[in-house]
Amino acid sequence: MKFIVAIIQPFKLDAVREGLSELGIEGLTASEVRGFGRQKGHREVYRGSEYTINYVPKVKIEIAVGDDISERVIESVQNIAQTGKIGDGKIFVFELSEAIRVRTGETGEEAL
Amino acid sequence: MDGANTAWILTSTALVLFMTLPGLALFYGGLVRSSNVLSVLMHCFSIACLASIVWLAVGYSIAFADGTPWVGGLQKAFLMGVGRESVRDGLPETVFFMFQMTFAIITPALIVGAYPERIKFGAVLLFSGLWIIVVYAPVTHWIWGGGWLGEMGVLDFAGGLVVHLTAGVSALVLALVLGGRRGFPKELRPPHNPGMTMIGASMLWVGWFGFNAGSALAANGDAGMAMTVTHLSAAMGSLVWLTIEWVKFGKPSLVGIVTGMVAGLATITPASGFVGPIGALIIGLVGGIVCYYMVGLIKHRLKIDDSLDVFAVHGVGGVLGTLMVAVLVDKSFGGVGLAEGMTIASQFGVQLTGFAAVLVWSVFATYILVKIVQATVGLRVSDDEELEGLDVTSHGETGYNL
Repeated sequence: MKFIVAIIQPFKLDAVREGLSELGIEGLTASEVRGFGRQKGHREVYRGSEYTINYVPKVKIEIAVGDDISERVIESVQNIAQTGKIGDGKIFVFELSEAIRVRTGETGEEAL
Repeated sequence: MDGANTAWILTSTALVLFMTLPGLALFYGGLVRSSNVLSVLMHCFSIACLASIVWLAVGYSIAFADGTPWVGGLQKAFLMGVGRESVRDGLPETVFFMFQMTFAIITPALIVGAYPERIKFGAVLLFSGLWIIVVYAPVTHWIWGGGWLGEMGVLDFAGGLVVHLTAGVSALVLALVLGGRRGFPKELRPPHNPGMTMIGASMLWVGWFGFNAGSALAANGDAGMAMTVTHLSAAMGSLVWLTIEWVKFGKPSLVGIVTGMVAGLATITPASGFVGPIGALIIGLVGGIVCYYMVGLIKHRLKIDDSLDVFAVHGVGGVLGTLMVAVLVDKSFGGVGLAEGMTIASQFGVQLTGFAAVLVWSVFATYILVKIVQATVGLRVSDDEELEGLDVTSHGETGYNL
């Protein structure tokens, strides 16, 4: 199993979710996060004072998938989340040692 | 006594209280960090409560009871001798008392903008209570309570000097003694909720109808024209601020347009009973431009952290309106005309005298009061408390819980 963490542009979340649903992915976790990479921050002006916003809003999605489908999931996220501009985000992939469905106690890929 | 007049001033009283609670509180609350939003709401709310009691105890009497040209007597302390049958300016005196109380509430609450994110809560209360007695009530007596500036013929319809200059100047003095927020001016957090600021500003705009049109103390043509010019100046000030930002930064901002609105409103306040619609447009235009550049001057050049620009917007606006009214009151500008025996020049001299007197007293008395507060309860929270935010450290609450 693989655990995939993707940091993406917030406005790409719905499209990514749709793409993953087409692959048969049945769940993911999304959170609003802030961070910086090469995009750096931006400036905002209030009453003539400039403020540097160092942390840019992003969405983090977390998906646990079986090994057979993980390549296609990664490819799908990358294709859909891409705009080609700086700030599109990153995808991190981890080996996942165990997954447990809380309701039934099922383990492994059965639990995904 | 006239029922219609009484009804309008009862309504105006509610409108002006609504300016502070929740208008001004939300306007200011949106401009601070999220970890200080409750403290600012708390400052405005508690000042409203405290000012009410102080106004009943001595404030009203100092401002409006007969006395010397400098200060009223204490014969009306706790409204002694004032009952249901008492009349003042053609209104039940209780109504006049309540209407004026809402002004005594919002004026110290305006000063909240000078000291958010770093002041001790005890200092807010002690300073505000003393300030109403020592600065607000006497100045009100000078101009509206039968005192020397009123006798001289100073034109201040709804409080350019009484409200906006006293609050603005005192805010500047307090900010100077208190010192800036940590990280000022380079490393500050931006306003945490401009939407909240817009909602509060909109309530201020509506409430200002009671403030200015209510100051006619009657339901008549003066009130109608005061409402008209108030509204027009607010709209003009907003558009002016928006235009400056659009040209200068490429983007017109929400915080900018509502700040322009307040500038337009503060500037028209002293003139609102005396000028016509064309005068209102001129006042909104000048108020918007001058207040915009004063914000930059105070914050960036002089590096004084009057955090929410009380002086640059209210103080400066109040003075501008007070001086411009000497010209715009003239019939040739659509105003009501100068008082008999007055010329534009002599009226301007009177306005300048009023400005200078209120300025000097506000600076002097506020400085003494701030020093008293500093020596007793202290002014500033510790660095750690400031970093964590006043919501948790002063009030034990959090603005935004998940």
